[in-house]
Amino acid sequence: MSSQTLQTGTGKHSGPTTETPATARPRRVRRLPAAGTVGRYAALAVAAALTLGPVLWTLSTSLRTPSESFNLPPSFLPINPDFTAYQEVFKQIHVGLLVLNSALVTGLIAFGQMASATLAGYAFARLDFRSKNAIFSLVLATMMVPVQVTIVPVFMLIRGMGLSDTLLALILPAIPTAFGTFLMRQYFLGLPNDFAEAAALDGAGPWRIFRSVYVPLAVPGMAIVGILAFNFHWNEFFRPLILTISEQNFTLPLGLVTLQGNLGTGSISVVLAGVILSMLPALVVFLFGQRTLREGLTAGASK
Amino acid sequence: MTTTSTLPRQTVKPPAARRSFVERWLARIFLAPTVLGMALFTFLPIIASLVLAFFRWDIISAPQFVGFANFASLAQDPTVRVSFLNTIVFVVIAVILQLGIALGLASMLQARMPSWLRVFLRSTFFFPLVLSAASVSIFMRYMFNEQFGVVNWLLSLVGIPAVPWLTSPTASAAVVVLVYVWQNFGFSFLLFLGALTNIPKELHEAANLDGATGWKQFSNVTLPLISPTVLVASVMAIISALQVFDQPYVLTNGGPGDSTRTAVMVIFESAFQQLEFGKASAIGLVLTVLILAVTALQFRLSRRFVFYQ
Repeated sequence: MSSQTLQTGTGKHSGPTTETPATARPRRVRRLPAAGTVGRYAALAVAAALTLGPVLWTLSTSLRTPSESFNLPPSFLPINPDFTAYQEVFKQIHVGLLVLNSALVTGLIAFGQMASATLAGYAFARLDFRSKNAIFSLVLATMMVPVQVTIVPVFMLIRGMGLSDTLLALILPAIPTAFGTFLMRQYFLGLPNDFAEAAALDGAGPWRIFRSVYVPLAVPGMAIVGILAFNFHWNEFFRPLILTISEQNFTLPLGLVTLQGNLGTGSISVVLAGVILSMLPALVVFLFGQRTLREGLTAGASK
Repeated sequence: MTTTSTLPRQTVKPPAARRSFVERWLARIFLAPTVLGMALFTFLPIIASLVLAFFRWDIISAPQFVGFANFASLAQDPTVRVSFLNTIVFVVIAVILQLGIALGLASMLQARMPSWLRVFLRSTFFFPLVLSAASVSIFMRYMFNEQFGVVNWLLSLVGIPAVPWLTSPTASAAVVVLVYVWQNFGFSFLLFLGALTNIPKELHEAANLDGATGWKQFSNVTLPLISPTVLVASVMAIISALQVFDQPYVLTNGGPGDSTRTAVMVIFESAFQQLEFGKASAIGLVLTVLILAVTALQFRLSRRFVFYQ
């Protein structure tokens, strides 16, 4: 800071010596921010166009007929929408089954994570037991283990459990969540202690205090865990690719990649119709749970 | 972790012994799903990976102890070597682009503008994060198609001849980077936006009075203040880029040749296509060590930034 004030000090002194006409200065001051503002808006507009453009192209191309879907010029706006591709994609793949699988897997993982993280987070935040810090450190340490390292042994474990090529193979290993536990612990630590004391004075035991006092208060935290789990596992590709084998157990992303492989570049709009359909739940989360999702995504960085 | 030590149960209730007994058991039951699940699906697999890395095993025949041969093959196997090199080049370029774009856009959003516009832009840059990398790669693959792709069509409007995006080694690597950054810059953007919004307005006003504006203010005032976030955002971006798989798998399947093959793709192929589970485990461990090294570096660097927090 001190060097900075020094610099500006000399800058002020040099100001009068450079003989600029007094009238020129305010004009320059007024113009510069204007140019900056124009440049900033231009940059933001380009960035927004580059971000939304591909999605708009996908939407409007999915609404062209399959035969003209790869004609140029491309379309970015769905004028004269044609729903042939949407009918066709249901004929090509079991969209209903894919959606059902994805919904089952994602829903059960989200529910399982919310439940297990709430229980564990509460234990770490508000219950007394031996070697609490050591166990918590171990739980956190699992966040640093990439899924690609454990996938081979998990694959074998799943085979050994007889769960090969089932939806449970995707669900069970994804339920223990270090990040969710961390979030719920933070959440419970942020709730005041007075409620527990008041309830204890009324004769409530540890379970009652948890169930009737703290769980209802922790619902917003659980929502964050649930939405994060949904966003991650609805879009997940690597684990389903490895842990499911038959098409009847595929989830949406895997089914769509397979569809693209089968159709190639023959009828783009059919594949893109599937892509748009798979985006719909994410869009719902985006529209109604964006704040919660933002909080959850950035929570890991703040601590 | 420090907060647990500040939470001792000072309010000991009369039947203290009974109470702590109940609490201990409740804690065990509460922890069971998470701790047992992690033991089974994370810690056991890590140990298994450590053991497996020293064996040759194709699931069918009995495992055979080979010492460090799997690790040695990493240095010799050209595909593995190229894939690690690709991954590191990818990480460097993608992370710099991702952080640069994110920081630039987050700073531009700090300027005075209508609040609906700010909300719209924030949502826009955030949106790719809710999509699946597989779906994004599917439509991007069509967009980068050499003949009918919209990217080449746009380039042709300004007179640039068609680029063989997915069939040239350099161009396909660029496509993987672009598609990855397109989807992920929003995450760093959110982190930077939070950090920038938290800077007290007085600091900017003081800097303005001192004559530090524009770039000078950004580099001397803003950047030091958000340096802890820059560090965290960099580490998170590096760790997730090191694990890149979905985009190259769907866009190029590692090709042409090995030009877009990444470390995780080689883990996948070694294990589930060539049935070399030992080799896959060895590559996985090397990747984990890289990730741990980045995390350790973060801890070391963050000590220097504690002053700012």
